[in-house]
Amino acid sequence: MMDRLDRTKELLMRALDDELSPEERTELDLLLADDPILRAERERLGRLKEVTGEMKLRNPPEQLWDDYWNSAYSRMERGIGWILVSFGVIVVGGWATWQFVTELIADTEMPPLIKAGILAGSLGLVILTVSVLRQRLFVRKTDPYKDIVR
Amino acid sequence: MQRPESVLMAGARDGDGEAFGELVRRHMRRAYFAALGLTGSHEDALDLSQEAFTRALRASRSLDPGRPFYPWLYGILRRLCLNHLRDGRARSAKLEVAGGWLVDDARERAAAAGPERGAEREELRRRLATAIGELSPVQREALVLREFEGLRYAEIAVLLEIPEGTVMSRLYAARKALAAALGDEL
Repeated sequence: MMDRLDRTKELLMRALDDELSPEERTELDLLLADDPILRAERERLGRLKEVTGEMKLRNPPEQLWDDYWNSAYSRMERGIGWILVSFGVIVVGGWATWQFVTELIADTEMPPLIKAGILAGSLGLVILTVSVLRQRLFVRKTDPYKDIVR
Repeated sequence: MQRPESVLMAGARDGDGEAFGELVRRHMRRAYFAALGLTGSHEDALDLSQEAFTRALRASRSLDPGRPFYPWLYGILRRLCLNHLRDGRARSAKLEVAGGWLVDDARERAAAAGPERGAEREELRRRLATAIGELSPVQREALVLREFEGLRYAEIAVLLEIPEGTVMSRLYAARKALAAALGDEL
């Protein structure tokens, strides 16, 4: 159930935004008549409402609207392009890796120690790449200075 | 003759790019200004509003032509804007000319009354913009929808999918914070 304070706040807001019914106006008038602090708050919020009522959001250059759809369309195209490129890289990269590993294992002339070295080195490179990429992406998201131009 | 929105939405749902383009053209201004009010940055507003349309296109199969398009789009846009504000990417807004996203309609009138009055008015605008930027995202959203988009409580409640009472309590908290921030200027 709504307490008296919440009801008073609602009535104040409705009064400021011109959404009071006649019954609510009477209810608010009664509250205001009894409470000088509430009257002072009503006046102060009323002055704030006048100020905010005289402000508006800045219009961008008209050219922006002419280019908006083309720009949004290019963004959608790029999104599809990136999805296809990523899919291609994953499929081809996965296949190439599989080929490399199976050929390396099947190679009877290469000493097992060298094979193990190549596999370990390749695996290490993959882990390092993933680790650096992940860290860079994480830092990009959380770096508080990334917007500062050096 | 303008095609009804429900026809455009049905077309967009079935993959008609022209229909989706028309929906973008009809709602781009409103989406841009909603994002501008939330982020306080022209660049971010442009980026986020266009990203909202991109995501809307990807999700267009779930469009319901029986319901209006904008509240559905706004749901996507507000998630993008609120995430943007939460993860701190909104710093670019603070680097913009102080509160440049807000324009004072009464400034010329004040300037005509004398340079001092004009400067006072400019200071008031700057402080108000800063104070709005310091509100919590949900308070700021309620204030922007009411003050700059001119929506009624019932419309805001539908858009945000919250009760009208919550709209009013967010507005009350926002206005109290602004009044405190403006101090003697009121």
